Amino acid sequence: MTAAEDIEPKLRVKSRLGGFRRFVQRHPSLVGMPALVIVFLAVTLAIHPEYGSFDAQSLAMGAMPLALAAAAQAVVLISGGIDLSVGSMIAVSNVLAASTMENATFGQSLVLAAAILVAGALQGAVNGLIVVFSRVPDVVVTLTTGFIWGGVALLILEKPGGGAPEEFLSLGAGTLFSPWLSGALVLVAAAVAIIWIPVRTSRLGLLLYAVGSDRAAAFRSGVNVELTRFLAYVLGGLFSAVGGIGLTMTTGIGSPLAGIYYTLSGLAAAVLGGVSLAGGRGGIVGPVLAAYVLTLIPTDLIFLNIDPNFGQVIQGTLIVLVVMGGGLVTLLQGRRRESASGLNNS
Amino acid sequence: MTSMGILLAATGVAKRFESVIALKAASLEVRAGEVHALMGANGAGKSTLVKVLTGVFPADGGEIVIEGQVRRFRSPAEARQAGIVSVYQDPALVPDLTVAQNLRLARVGVEAVRELLVDLGIAGLDFSIFVRDLPYPVLRLIDLSRALASNPTVLLIDEITAALPADLSERIFLILRRWRDRGRSVIFISHRMAEVSTLCDRATILRDGTTVGVTETARGSEERIVNLMLGYEVAHAIAGSKAIAERRLGGDVPALEVRRLRCGHLLKDVSFALRAGEVLGIAALDGQGQEELFDCVAGVRDRDGGEIVVRGRTQRFRHPADALRAGLVLVPANRQQAILPQRSIRENVALPAYRDLRHWGPINMRAERQRVERAIRRLQVDTRAESALQRLSGGNQQKVIIARWLASEFRTLLCYDPTRGIDIGTKRQIYTLVRELAAGGAAVLLFTSELTEIALACDRVIVLFAGRIVHEMPAADADEATLLRASHGLVAQSEGAA
Amino acid sequence: MRAIGRSALGVLRRHTTAALVVLLLGFVGGIEIAVPGTVTPIWISNIVLFAAPLGILAAGQTLVMLSGGIDLSVASIATASAYLMATHSSLGGVPAVLWGLAAGLVVGLINGVGVAILQVQPLVMTLGTGLMTEGSLIVYSQKILATAPRVPSFIQALGSGKVFGAIPIDLLLWAPIAVVVLIGLRSSGFGRLLYAVGDNREACKLSGVRVWQVLLADYVLCGLLAAAAGLVIVGGTNNADISLAEVYLLPSVAAVIIGGTSIFGGRGGYAGSIVGAVILTVLNSLLTLLDAPEPIRQILYGAIILILATAYTRLTD
Repeated sequence: MTAAEDIEPKLRVKSRLGGFRRFVQRHPSLVGMPALVIVFLAVTLAIHPEYGSFDAQSLAMGAMPLALAAAAQAVVLISGGIDLSVGSMIAVSNVLAASTMENATFGQSLVLAAAILVAGALQGAVNGLIVVFSRVPDVVVTLTTGFIWGGVALLILEKPGGGAPEEFLSLGAGTLFSPWLSGALVLVAAAVAIIWIPVRTSRLGLLLYAVGSDRAAAFRSGVNVELTRFLAYVLGGLFSAVGGIGLTMTTGIGSPLAGIYYTLSGLAAAVLGGVSLAGGRGGIVGPVLAAYVLTLIPTDLIFLNIDPNFGQVIQGTLIVLVVMGGGLVTLLQGRRRESASGLNNS
Repeated sequence: MTSMGILLAATGVAKRFESVIALKAASLEVRAGEVHALMGANGAGKSTLVKVLTGVFPADGGEIVIEGQVRRFRSPAEARQAGIVSVYQDPALVPDLTVAQNLRLARVGVEAVRELLVDLGIAGLDFSIFVRDLPYPVLRLIDLSRALASNPTVLLIDEITAALPADLSERIFLILRRWRDRGRSVIFISHRMAEVSTLCDRATILRDGTTVGVTETARGSEERIVNLMLGYEVAHAIAGSKAIAERRLGGDVPALEVRRLRCGHLLKDVSFALRAGEVLGIAALDGQGQEELFDCVAGVRDRDGGEIVVRGRTQRFRHPADALRAGLVLVPANRQQAILPQRSIRENVALPAYRDLRHWGPINMRAERQRVERAIRRLQVDTRAESALQRLSGGNQQKVIIARWLASEFRTLLCYDPTRGIDIGTKRQIYTLVRELAAGGAAVLLFTSELTEIALACDRVIVLFAGRIVHEMPAADADEATLLRASHGLVAQSEGAA
Repeated sequence: MRAIGRSALGVLRRHTTAALVVLLLGFVGGIEIAVPGTVTPIWISNIVLFAAPLGILAAGQTLVMLSGGIDLSVASIATASAYLMATHSSLGGVPAVLWGLAAGLVVGLINGVGVAILQVQPLVMTLGTGLMTEGSLIVYSQKILATAPRVPSFIQALGSGKVFGAIPIDLLLWAPIAVVVLIGLRSSGFGRLLYAVGDNREACKLSGVRVWQVLLADYVLCGLLAAAAGLVIVGGTNNADISLAEVYLLPSVAAVIIGGTSIFGGRGGYAGSIVGAVILTVLNSLLTLLDAPEPIRQILYGAIILILATAYTRLTD
């Protein structure tokens, strides 16, 4: 029996994994995260049976910026990078919108929104250019550009203020078709559908995952790694800009310091949503859903008459427990990495 | 029939990295329709030349002409477009993508690859499997097929047969010969002389960054090639250095005994005894359980069944530290696992000394320096190069790893394919050292995938097949044919059997 | 000509700390030129005074980065330490300080367990514990408040006092810490192990090192150092506030990076971080001097750090 014949049965066994199990293996976040959301919603309903459309709206509005921050972070993480300036970019778009739209008509505000989206993409492009060409690790680059964008936000609007036309605000604060379908929810879904789905199904999506999974192998396969990483940051900037505009819609004002919170919690939502920090694995849907779960927690606390001050502790503890739990599971599965032959390692 | 058209001509290629001159004046000429070997000791500049040719980085000097045009590649993508494709030892496949996605990534057609895989003996591969779930030999074949399917002008192959079973290598050679007969060319890098003389038409030999010779590779040219590589007359062929010193095999109690050891799926039932002063060789095809065997004995993995007995005392190894305490040390095949790339030779060699909590305190610098220098001198490590270990050649890195154990104390040395991908000169040094260590009282367990070399270093050879020992013989009887047969599970009957 | 350039680069590469000191002197010189009369012994001692807490934070961050990690919870730990100390100041000086250090010990332990034993990525783990610690402080300040926070006078002296009018008292804390860290990294087994673990964890395991022990100790030490830094910071501001140490997070990472320690581990040291901390403090002083509005200062601060980090990376690659 030759070694080749020896190998074949092993291959066929693997491909015999049932269709559903393979789906789960390939898209873990698409199964896990929705389940978690449903569980949380069920818990919420159990605590507070009078959960009404108004509450649903507040949830959607409150979670929107976080969901978009999570999406921005997810794209960059998938490509193997990280963006610690997401929150600051959201702040910039937020104050840009609130300051320019203050006395604008509805039509003008839409044009301005489009321009701000472009500006957001440009911010992402700056991040990407610096990361690629300075060769400084992305953690350090985006930590400092976050600082810089924060300063830019302060430059545009020193104190919270500004505004936007009513019709514009109602896009986010209003509802569509049904009192349960908040404009904020539709916005997030639209952003994901319009920005991510075309990317995911195109060659760019393949490149993003390839570069995130194994940069060297991608390089040797002829991929333009630098361009791919650059585009990931551009997408991150774009999602952040949507988040900032959304923040304007739901709060009605621009606030230069409000965005900072979204960097770290967006990262947390992305990790909770199944995106690997190492890159190459995960999607956008998981992080977005995780954002809703994270936002639901303080709400549930209020319903339970627990002091909402506990909100952050619980969020932080949740993150810690989830990642530690994940680590524990991996440990118990005894994933073997080293070996004398060195053949089976990464 | 080979045409005389020259596909690739590199002349006077030079490359330096800071203070290290990797290439001085390397040249290589590949004709259409030939398999051309590129040979040289580690540190001679082979891999640098390859990287320059394939666009990983540009040369500092010299000229590269592809099909009559002078080219200067700035990336592997550009080199691919010019028809230069390379296949390295670690497959350029992205683990979190499927096979099909990897092919799309490199813009290679699925059907062409499927056909090639059939020729290589892998017929039923499901292309929607994630690369990370496939075994290593399959990945290398996919890598090779992908390269071939992209229709390159010149295919560059680096140590393709390293850690591949013999029959798979044969099929690869078949395909390469077919490729050549169609007028394409292959640059073939290998340390295995036998392969070079059977497969290749000509060979270019590098030494110290310069091309020192180009020769036909008919059978019998091995001596000449080795001489060119080493730069001096080799008095007798490698296989000749069989100066087995008179040695007292230590005592009644074996240094290491393994009883009915079982581990994972592949190691089923293995028992043997190894005495101090003895070098015991393990011969096996890929995946017959030798990896698990070494992992268990080195403490990297816990055994599933059976016993490990060290000098009469049963042991339980859950961590390499346990094995170290029992005097067992491991030299792994993959150097990347064992070296600290950014640290100095000294820190690398001294590493195990601080593994216990009680040694976390102040270091006795003078004692350390003496210990380290003694070990380095014994192994003749070349310390000219930059002190960070990643700057050393593969052979020197391997020596540093061995020096690490010399500087600590050990009783039993476990070598897993210690000479993989290492030049002949360094190989000989390592085998000589292994014999010396045994003569000094150490027990050595040695696995090598180079069947021709087993007899060099070992006293006794056992053959592993399907997780069990199928044959045992003194080294004198361990010729390649017998070993090959036994490795396939065909235990030799008496003389004259098929 | 190229040869001269290349050898100059080589010298710079091998003596990066010296190069950093040159850069620092350049900054200081620039300040003196921009606003003559600024650089006085008082000014220098003030710089040291303000650099000390950052330097102590950077020590912990250095230890963690050398092993290939990062600690994003140091700011929260510092704040928690200050807060715990201040609210227990009625128990007396030493118990109050012990309460503060306890914060560092506990959070450091949690970080260590997560990173070392459960193999969670340090970035995520310390991110979570940072949020958790900060959140806990919010709850603590609202609910469990036993006594009003009060900064004992000796802490005030630590944070803002000077001996003989010139030597900052916090230097008397920083200097010994610096000496221990510098010597420890260079000539102790634990120091070697930190570098080794950061360089190649597998190689350490194959050499019999129990990596989890090293990492656990690493993060606990970082936590303790962060707690110590918190005590100095609160002594300087005399007001235990929830967001006390937030502004120190980015600089603690930046000081280490500028100082030459690789964020991937295995390379670098504390000497560079010390100079990095001083450079950042001088930078801050320069920006204050220019009397630029806050946004501009923030942008310039970030931009200059970026330039320094880029220059450093280019130099060592």
